[in-house]
Amino acid sequence: MTAVTATRSGERAYYGWFLFCALLALVGLWAAHQMESQGHVITGMNNQIVWGLPHVFAIFMIVSASGVLNVASVGSVFGRAVYKARAPLAGLLSLALLAGGLTVLMLDLGRPDRVIVAATVYNATSVFAWNVLLYTGLFVSVGFYLWTLMDRTMAAWTQPAGLLVFVWRFVLTTGTGLIFAFLVARQAYASAVLPPMFIAMSLAWGLAIFLLAQSALLRWKAMALHPGIHRRLKNLLGIFVFTVLYLVLAYHLTNAYFARQMPFERFVLRDGGVITALFWGGYGVLGTVLPLLLIFLPGLGTPRSVGAAALLVILGAFSLLYVFIVGGQSYPLQIFPGYVAHSTFGDGAVGEYVPSLPEWALGVGGVAVACLMTLVGVRVFNFLPRDVPEQAVESN
Amino acid sequence: MTAPAVPPRRQFLSQGAALTAALAIAPGLLLYDFARARPPGEPASSAVRWGMLIDTTQCDSGCSACVTACRKENALPEPVRLTDPQWIRKVELEQEGSGRKVSLPMMCQHCADPPCVDVCPTGASFKRADGIVLVDKHRCIGCRYCMMACPYKARSFVHEPVTDHSGATPRGQGTVESCTLCVHRVDRGEIPACVEACAREGHQAILFGNLNDPDSAISRRLRSVASTRLRADLNLDPGVAYEGI
Amino acid sequence: MKPLCLLGRILLVIGCCLVLPAGAHDAMPPLDIGQGGKCVDDPGFMRLNHMKLLLQQRDETVRLGVRGGRYSLAGCVDCHASKVNHSVLGTDRNFCQGCHTYAAVKIDCFECHSSHPRPAMESRR
Repeated sequence: MTAVTATRSGERAYYGWFLFCALLALVGLWAAHQMESQGHVITGMNNQIVWGLPHVFAIFMIVSASGVLNVASVGSVFGRAVYKARAPLAGLLSLALLAGGLTVLMLDLGRPDRVIVAATVYNATSVFAWNVLLYTGLFVSVGFYLWTLMDRTMAAWTQPAGLLVFVWRFVLTTGTGLIFAFLVARQAYASAVLPPMFIAMSLAWGLAIFLLAQSALLRWKAMALHPGIHRRLKNLLGIFVFTVLYLVLAYHLTNAYFARQMPFERFVLRDGGVITALFWGGYGVLGTVLPLLLIFLPGLGTPRSVGAAALLVILGAFSLLYVFIVGGQSYPLQIFPGYVAHSTFGDGAVGEYVPSLPEWALGVGGVAVACLMTLVGVRVFNFLPRDVPEQAVESN
Repeated sequence: MTAPAVPPRRQFLSQGAALTAALAIAPGLLLYDFARARPPGEPASSAVRWGMLIDTTQCDSGCSACVTACRKENALPEPVRLTDPQWIRKVELEQEGSGRKVSLPMMCQHCADPPCVDVCPTGASFKRADGIVLVDKHRCIGCRYCMMACPYKARSFVHEPVTDHSGATPRGQGTVESCTLCVHRVDRGEIPACVEACAREGHQAILFGNLNDPDSAISRRLRSVASTRLRADLNLDPGVAYEGI
Repeated sequence: MKPLCLLGRILLVIGCCLVLPAGAHDAMPPLDIGQGGKCVDDPGFMRLNHMKLLLQQRDETVRLGVRGGRYSLAGCVDCHASKVNHSVLGTDRNFCQGCHTYAAVKIDCFECHSSHPRPAMESRR
């Protein structure tokens, strides 16, 4: 196998990105420090919108961290060579995204200094506490999986490790969905469709991130993707985007069928202002329809248009999560059915929330941490997908 | 260390007599059960379950004595912004269709099956043996999952540093807080500040007492009048009940 | 200079541990113990164990509702708040802050709890 060397412009781009991400990560840390010293009063969050933009970023990354592993699973569990060549990169991206997401989640805590409490005292009935175990487990199992991929003497363990990762990530994303599905109090959540919806979202978002990372890496080393492999991956992305759309439709349709849920649906779909705009424009048009056109329209589906589609899928992901998390809290709790409520604490009123600069900085900083880990990882471990031409043909 | 030699029962009688005289507001109806102080060194007991019955027909929409009393007792800032804490608030209701108006105080409902306790990752949210739902702020990491889970919007997050807090219950930045049912007063054998303030205003809309004692005033009243628990559909068995909605 | 062997380095570290605190001991600032008087337990015992006692009682009070315990933080403050600024914090002579600065241990009790005596105690002074 010939060694692949980076081009000069590729090297320059590598260090440029590295510095840029390091800077963003530092700004994110600064924002977290501000939030800790001055309190959450400097964020847009309040007693009604208790989870805001940082949670959108964190949940996006944690959900994607599991979905990006799909590429590895298809390789190791179902034995597809094309995917197996991509498994190390997928594993690395997964660890990086999970670390980035957890960084944001932990730094947003009211008492990040007490995070050790969350690691030592468990409340067995808390989905959050289960998730702490699930996250730790993903780090361990993906780490072990990567080891079996890199160390020839461990190769026999690749398949069982791949299977473990495959099962674990499904459980993990189920757990992420359950964080919301168990919230019986709120109209937006408390639905059994959420865990499968989160799994579908993880597959689409994870693959979109994988495609972007892969194309950046290939550009760095001035390589091209085999057209057969490209076609396979882009079709897969299209199918995942459809799956998410199907589950989002199912979620809103079941809601709309229950009279008691109808006011909430009217809020999200028609009267919600920013929330409504983000749902239809951000998720619907930019995040779903456009990517599908870019992938499937005859004449399109080129590496460039699929790259754009992947970016749009991520944009749609942020829109959808914002609608789900912030929109779900904006809609007032229905404590007194049959009455119009009014108080100084926002009863009966739609919650106000405008994300502040520190929240943006913290969220973007988390993404930067994930990028930094990926950049270091690909350099140290040389995780570039290498395709043997015959395998690519066989997969067609 | 030994407790005072007065048997609890006798303490009960002497205090009870004084309070009965002072607080009988209508024949056969006590404003509240006097609560007797637990002897030092004794933990809260599950033989007691503290609760409230709020008569919305006696609650005046122009009155917020309970809210002011709570703020004073717990040294909370006056709420101006959405980030400011409100442990108890007045909610004004208007029935759709009929237009009937109701005013009532809203606070932690001290559920028997509190969702906030279920979801708390560290066990900082907990229910005391006598049914009072509290936040152990030493253990709270400020994740706000309990605020997501509470159906009553009962909890506040401390969004700003607290300096020289003088309230009865310590509070600090980055933790979640809510109505403690004035646990410090209840443990001394007193009634919550809001209940006292409401009675002082002459409304007597809040009845406080032991739900586990069938002879307590609150239990007797719950037996004799129609009352509602908020979000009864969730089956959380709140310790607070309302009349007139 | 020839680098120290491993044993040499270990001895150096142990030596520092033995000598430095002894030297620093002299720098212990005089503490303003406020009203003082008879402590709830032997002062030497309290100096070593107050944190454990406070945590133990804290959990029993908050979570179980046990009142009237002996080792209460408010009790510490009532007796040991300085008569100058009515607090256990403020300067490196104040009771809690002074010793914690000396021992280089972060104290976070007073981010939530009051560092001033309770009103009843204050009026008795």
